[in-house]
Amino acid sequence: MENYFQPEIECASREQILAWQNERLVKTVRHVYKNVPYYRNLMEQKGVTPDDIHSVDDLHKLPFLTKDDLREAYPYGLLAMPLRDCVRIQSTSGTTGRRVVAFYTQHDIDLWDECCARAIVAAGGTKDDVVHVCYGYGLFTGGPGLNGGSHKVGSLTLPMSSGNTERQIQFMCDLGSTILCCTPSYAAYLGETIKEKGLKDKIKPKAGIFGAEAWSEEMRQDIQELLGIKAYDIYGLTEISGPGVSFECSAQTGMHINEDHFIAEIIDPNTGEVLPDGEKGELVFTSITKEAFPLIRYRTRDICVLTREKCSCGRTHVKMSKPMGRSDDMLIVKGVNVFPSQIETVLINKGYPANYQIIVTRENNSDKLEVQVEMVPEMFSDTMSQVAVKEKELVDALKSMLGIYAKVTLVAPKTIARSEGKAVRIIDQRNLY
Amino acid sequence: MTVDQISIFVENRPGCLADVTKIMADSQIDMRALSIAETPDFGILRAIVNDTEKTARILQEAGYIYSTTPVLAIAIADEPGSLYQVLAVLKEYNINLEYVYAFVTRKEDEAYMILRVADNDKAYEVLSSHHVKVLSQEDLNQL
Repeated sequence: MENYFQPEIECASREQILAWQNERLVKTVRHVYKNVPYYRNLMEQKGVTPDDIHSVDDLHKLPFLTKDDLREAYPYGLLAMPLRDCVRIQSTSGTTGRRVVAFYTQHDIDLWDECCARAIVAAGGTKDDVVHVCYGYGLFTGGPGLNGGSHKVGSLTLPMSSGNTERQIQFMCDLGSTILCCTPSYAAYLGETIKEKGLKDKIKPKAGIFGAEAWSEEMRQDIQELLGIKAYDIYGLTEISGPGVSFECSAQTGMHINEDHFIAEIIDPNTGEVLPDGEKGELVFTSITKEAFPLIRYRTRDICVLTREKCSCGRTHVKMSKPMGRSDDMLIVKGVNVFPSQIETVLINKGYPANYQIIVTRENNSDKLEVQVEMVPEMFSDTMSQVAVKEKELVDALKSMLGIYAKVTLVAPKTIARSEGKAVRIIDQRNLY
Repeated sequence: MTVDQISIFVENRPGCLADVTKIMADSQIDMRALSIAETPDFGILRAIVNDTEKTARILQEAGYIYSTTPVLAIAIADEPGSLYQVLAVLKEYNINLEYVYAFVTRKEDEAYMILRVADNDKAYEVLSSHHVKVLSQEDLNQL
């Protein structure tokens, strides 16, 4: 039997959903035009005013926002409410070191929590569950999002945060966690560790809500077997709110987008032209209920497909496929966004050539990031300790830029292929998509 | 009194050492002494050669990363305990060795050591005042 957190919304008629979207889009565009000079400029450049926007059919008239806009407008340029009305900031890494910051009013936090609550209930969560959240807490939206959702459902919430696997497993055993929330790779790692320790009989999870990184169907099967659970995907991004923009239901064939809060479009990433449902392209979101940080036509760079076929779960909101790739060069490693340009900045600052290669692998369900860097005479010394000091400086600088450890491999000059066209900077051996 | 050592960055992959020694062979470079320090990813090949300038030139042309460092070369008796005697002197004066390697030649009674220290002048002074035979570049070339 399917459970819903808000059945009247989640199973609303298409007409009802469209009516909400029309009304809320018009309102949001007016709000943004009035309060965000940055976006008003973009609209003026395109020759469009709020009077041109009457319904979702007019959405295509509005200009796009990209991560570059967020960077340029950092930190307050896209804020649509006075700071005194905001209660929270979350953040994600951006390109070349500048972070993306998103602001929330209490209303915005409530609707975000609501979206996560829908995901938890869709995974079978109730007041009787123990929701074990081992996404990172802090600026990262993973922990706070699922934490808030779990509170809304009324489940007992375990705010574990990430790391310390021993303690995670001990609490799973001792406190009877029933719903696990983390990245899929960490879920697989936990599963392996529990199996090695022979503790599978001591844990009793029934479901997991896994997101923040790409994972395959094969990985889902592995996790489900290892932990004896049903594994649900969840999707989101800090710019739009955080996890819970869309979530999987019992059908496990795509994620329902919370269309009462977010309008989804699929566009051709090269031309910006809107594509019909069922076609593969870049996912674009417009948030229509947020107060502090409403983004209009925000290009996610995630490539996926939307489907409106009737879902066996009874929900009527559009479904998106798992992301099938990116329209930019961003990598997600250990759930963290990594841009090659960030690595390039560090190398140049440290006096290394900008010819490098990034190799991402997954060993024992854990992502490994390696950066191959060409040696330069200035970094070389006849003593190993001197070379090691330089190498460590580079490793530390990368860690501080990316937020995660990257192994540095020094290679001989001119050994990294100079390509004649687009440089092959990234070798992703994880086969995620 | 120091001798020149050439140090070369070599990747830790099959064939890399062969490649660098080939270009030296092609230019008739004779190696007096050689040592390699390695990590899983790369190594540092350190060598004392008969013609440091020429070696540097051909390495430069071939695009290798290298450096030339003045190091101390000493001769010790080829018998048990002689290395200890030298190291005991360095210990007494608190001189730290970055690295050290040994080589022998056709001369049967002597063994040779390359010493890399932070302060060559101080080490030279201490060693020679304790009657350790320190070799010049010329001495080395005549071995």
